[in-house]
Amino acid sequence: MKILVCISKTPDTTAKIAFTDNNTKFAEAGVQFIVNPYDEWYALVRALELKEAGTATSVSLINVGGADNDPIIRKALAIGGDDAIRVNATEGDSYYIASQIAAVAKEGAYDLIFTGKETIDYNGSCIGGMISEILEVPYISLATALAADGNQLTVTREIEGGEELDILSLPAVISCQKGMAEQRIPNMKGIMGARTKPLTVKDPVEADVLTTIVAFELPPAKAGVKLVSADEPEELVRLLHEEAKVF
Amino acid sequence: MVLIFADQIEGQIKKQGFEAVSYGAKIAENLGTTAEVLVLGTVDNANEALAALGKYGATKVHYASNAIFDTFDAQVYAAAIADAVAAVGANVVVFSHTTTGKAIAPRLSARLKAGLVAGAISLPDITSGFVVKKLVFSGKAFAHVGVNTPIKVISLNPNAFGVKQQEGTAEVIALDLKPMAGKITVKEVNKITGTVPLGEAELVISGGRGLKGPENWYLVEDLANEIGAATACSRAVADAHWRPHHEHVGQTGGAVAPNLYFAIGISGAIQHLAGVNRSKTIVVINKDPEAPFFKAADYGIVGDAFVVMPKIVEAVKKMKATS
Repeated sequence: MKILVCISKTPDTTAKIAFTDNNTKFAEAGVQFIVNPYDEWYALVRALELKEAGTATSVSLINVGGADNDPIIRKALAIGGDDAIRVNATEGDSYYIASQIAAVAKEGAYDLIFTGKETIDYNGSCIGGMISEILEVPYISLATALAADGNQLTVTREIEGGEELDILSLPAVISCQKGMAEQRIPNMKGIMGARTKPLTVKDPVEADVLTTIVAFELPPAKAGVKLVSADEPEELVRLLHEEAKVF
Repeated sequence: MVLIFADQIEGQIKKQGFEAVSYGAKIAENLGTTAEVLVLGTVDNANEALAALGKYGATKVHYASNAIFDTFDAQVYAAAIADAVAAVGANVVVFSHTTTGKAIAPRLSARLKAGLVAGAISLPDITSGFVVKKLVFSGKAFAHVGVNTPIKVISLNPNAFGVKQQEGTAEVIALDLKPMAGKITVKEVNKITGTVPLGEAELVISGGRGLKGPENWYLVEDLANEIGAATACSRAVADAHWRPHHEHVGQTGGAVAPNLYFAIGISGAIQHLAGVNRSKTIVVINKDPEAPFFKAADYGIVGDAFVVMPKIVEAVKKMKATS
């Protein structure tokens, strides 16, 4: 079983969000970038566990982006993975990116593709579903557990108000969230080893761009918290009832 | 025409479905066209239940009751919805951004090469093109996303538009789809029963480490029971197994957007805020005046939850008795 793990570069969770170029571009200056947490903590680590258990034969990482993404790819490789592929494309929407990953997945004959449940920047939760449709394979979204036995997968996924246990055969695309695995901290050996792991750069394939971000907008600043004295909790109830009208 | 996919859960259309229909109906009104609904799988008391979707602005409900749809497989659903889109001639397709919508909408988008706005929070702006607002950067900003394709797909964030009721009855039309055989077998479904599901809840009461232990959860539950709210918790609480994991809200847990998010003894780390900052009203009870959560809150009390919460419950009881 060959696994392909999709790795996205995102601003650090605590990064200040601002925009430039008339609110059309994310202001990258001074921002620390990380591997998208869902990709790293759940998708990548579960893939590594499957290899350690002897179920998977290889774990490859894929990223779509420019050369400035390489440090992030190396960071992910420090946690684990045999090699990485970067499709050298800096523009495009989720469909364009999914098309690039699908093309690589097809060419490399990967059996199992993992994504995080969403990226913490665009919050689309789209890439996995789109890849699966392009490849015409099953897709399980928001998976919280996965076991593999030969060609067969047993996957637990979140549904409205509960969870569902699904059985399917490879090939498949799975989006991963909390429960799939536990975050790993890279050790020195991993960090040193990541420097020499193969990172192949590929040119993008032709693909459509279906959407464009016209503008970004920051939410209006909160008016500020209205503090009620701890001695008058009934005043809070009155405000929630009469002013906020929540009950 | 605007086609709304209304998800049936165990034979019933739920609140998110009504909201998606309300939203789709308003889009249709703005575009000068009709809103029609697509329902797949077996619905209880179908004729009556589906005709009632007219109350949310649908003129027709296309109902494909093939039993294959009673097992959820995103591939089967997306293929069937694509066929339905062609059969009824839809140019806008609306989903709710729920676990089901998140699985199908991207597949449909790729299948039809129709641009998708995932997690929309507003009506499309059609003054110049077709632009839909969505949250990005985990709720810290908005993006206005332009859809460049003839068919547009939108998945609406739950609770972003609201259920809008009016008068009306929809015409229910049997739709004959030829679904492909599914590749997923559902072995087991486990539902959490007896509580308000977090994703659907309009009111959420949430507790953090400040409550000191699971035995003190009456402080959360008493208020939740009084106002009919769902209960939630912070990551630290779920990790300590004080509360079940499905109650965990925050970046790694679930994201919620209720009308009221009432946080007791939660400091408000940025990861927690990422899961709750879409809530319309945030109340924070914390004894630490420096708790970062106060900066994101609308109302707050700096005080001891063990003293304050019972008084709040009493005040709610009194208010209910007099109103």
